[in-house]
Amino acid sequence: MIDPIFLAEAAVNGLLLGGVLALLALGLNLIFGVIDIVWIAYVDLVMICMYAVYFLVQVYGWPIWLGGLISVGLGALLGVGVHLLIISPILGSAPINQLLATGGLLFFLQSFATFLWTTDHRSVRVTLPTIEIGGMFLSFARLIAFAVALLVMLGLYLFLRHTYVGTAIRAVSQDRGAMALMGANPRVVYLVTSAVGGALAGVAAALLILQYSVHPFFGAAFGPLTFMICVLGGLGNMVGAFIASFIMSEVISIGGVVWSTEMGYVIAFVFFVVMIFARPGGILGKRA
Amino acid sequence: MSAGRPVVAVLLALLLAVPFVPMGGMRQYVLHVLIQIFIWSFIGGAWSLMGRFGLLSLGHGAFLGLGAYTTTLLWNFFGLTPWLGALVAVALTALLAVVVAYPCSRFSVVGHYFGLVTLAVGEVIRLLIIAERDWTGGSLGLTVRPAGGDSLVAVQFADKRVFYYAGLVLWALGLWIWRRLDRSMARSAMEAIGEDETAAASVGIHVTRFKIGITVLSAVLTAIGGIAYAQYIAYVNPDTLAGIGVSLRIVFAVVLGGMYALLGPTVGTALTIALAEVLRVVFGVTYVGMAETIYGLLLIVFIIFLPSGIYGSVRDLLRRPRAAAAPATA
Repeated sequence: MIDPIFLAEAAVNGLLLGGVLALLALGLNLIFGVIDIVWIAYVDLVMICMYAVYFLVQVYGWPIWLGGLISVGLGALLGVGVHLLIISPILGSAPINQLLATGGLLFFLQSFATFLWTTDHRSVRVTLPTIEIGGMFLSFARLIAFAVALLVMLGLYLFLRHTYVGTAIRAVSQDRGAMALMGANPRVVYLVTSAVGGALAGVAAALLILQYSVHPFFGAAFGPLTFMICVLGGLGNMVGAFIASFIMSEVISIGGVVWSTEMGYVIAFVFFVVMIFARPGGILGKRA
Repeated sequence: MSAGRPVVAVLLALLLAVPFVPMGGMRQYVLHVLIQIFIWSFIGGAWSLMGRFGLLSLGHGAFLGLGAYTTTLLWNFFGLTPWLGALVAVALTALLAVVVAYPCSRFSVVGHYFGLVTLAVGEVIRLLIIAERDWTGGSLGLTVRPAGGDSLVAVQFADKRVFYYAGLVLWALGLWIWRRLDRSMARSAMEAIGEDETAAASVGIHVTRFKIGITVLSAVLTAIGGIAYAQYIAYVNPDTLAGIGVSLRIVFAVVLGGMYALLGPTVGTALTIALAEVLRVVFGVTYVGMAETIYGLLLIVFIIFLPSGIYGSVRDLLRRPRAAAAPATA
């Protein structure tokens, strides 16, 4: 029998991981909702930003918050770059080609990172305390990550609700054709969306490097999970993605403690497949 | 296609003669590359059976891995010959295909969603292989137990020429199946389903039955390809035979070649393998990752500039020189 305290600790850790996963899922979801293309290489952009934070903080001795800010800027730049170089030429192509073009980017980023930085696992060593609450040991890094993730999501919500561009972005994800008729410039909206999505990847990178070491295959480890969260929440549905992040992270965290890390993921993925059959429009979606 | 037969005969004769061409020390290497092209073209062809009708699977690694691991484990632990092991593997793969395809079809999971469901299935198989490390060797993979010398029972041969001819037969079989399907009524039915499911159902096409049928056929052929590859390399690994990486590689090769043409998967596979080999020879081990970097970059460029695939584009150019001069239709 497993000590209930371990289960409680796993549950809290799952909750904390869920915050960061939600950030990733929202970024990917925003891009999908507006541009209607799944960026298979989205988490690989996170990987590149993690390397940036690693080098700035660990090698050049910058403070972590400054490294984080640079990571956000780099993420936004990468987002714009990916959109201009890869996405805009194929906006009208068959969906499979769109998927594969970003898949090619995945191969490119993964192997370019291997070429530049080898497959070594690198981590930023920031000494953050572990706090004990009722026999559970919680890492301070995870608490910070969780808090920052929630704040950024709140910021995203306010941006989408209360600015002109944010309103335009929401309008596009609701009706592509009508938006152009209303006089919003689709190219600007696409660019801003890509930049915001990239910036969210940068934030996630700065938070993830506190808990995980970075290596070229980081994207392959977290990528599939991120797509599944988006689909589980309903592609383009922000609230759904938010809830789905916590469901998936809890399943993985508790399954990992009860069985093994791999089995935690297996249960989460099987749960995903079953949910797709049961609720194809996502957990909050209505049956078609 | 009246001029086709002699051309096919000449090509076949050339391929049959390759192992006897004097190539000095290069023979083993050339045969090795060709065997890989035959096996992966066969697998790519199997994928395109579904892909061309809009069932874009991103999880064919599941079928590949299930086939290869079932056969290898049965041989290593129970000494069951791969010939019988392959039957068990094919039965299991068919079962998995039905388990995936039936609900997907019943609940109309198509497009992006179908891709992501299959991707999840592929990852589940890969993670299960890693989790059961006591049996499967986990991430380290598993070596097929040597039978000690050439053995037809164990399907192990020291001479690459045996595998070359076996691969050639497999490849030709794959093309034959593709052709048979292409000329059957099932093709029209599947095309109708790919265009509009509701309309197809309304003219009396049994949508679920056709979808399950094509998925099972594609999965079973993929498993056979996986078994063939495992027997040839004599080593299985969860990352090279299951999961998202290998699944994407299959899709890439096929889309690069063109998935609507008989030889599209073959052309795409041959090009990607040749490209990978050239880059590997040029860069060797000094620049680890450089070959793959260029590979990824070229894939992006090809997909942006040749959306209907290399073979598909060239064939369209040759067939309709006048139509090609006019703006191409998407």
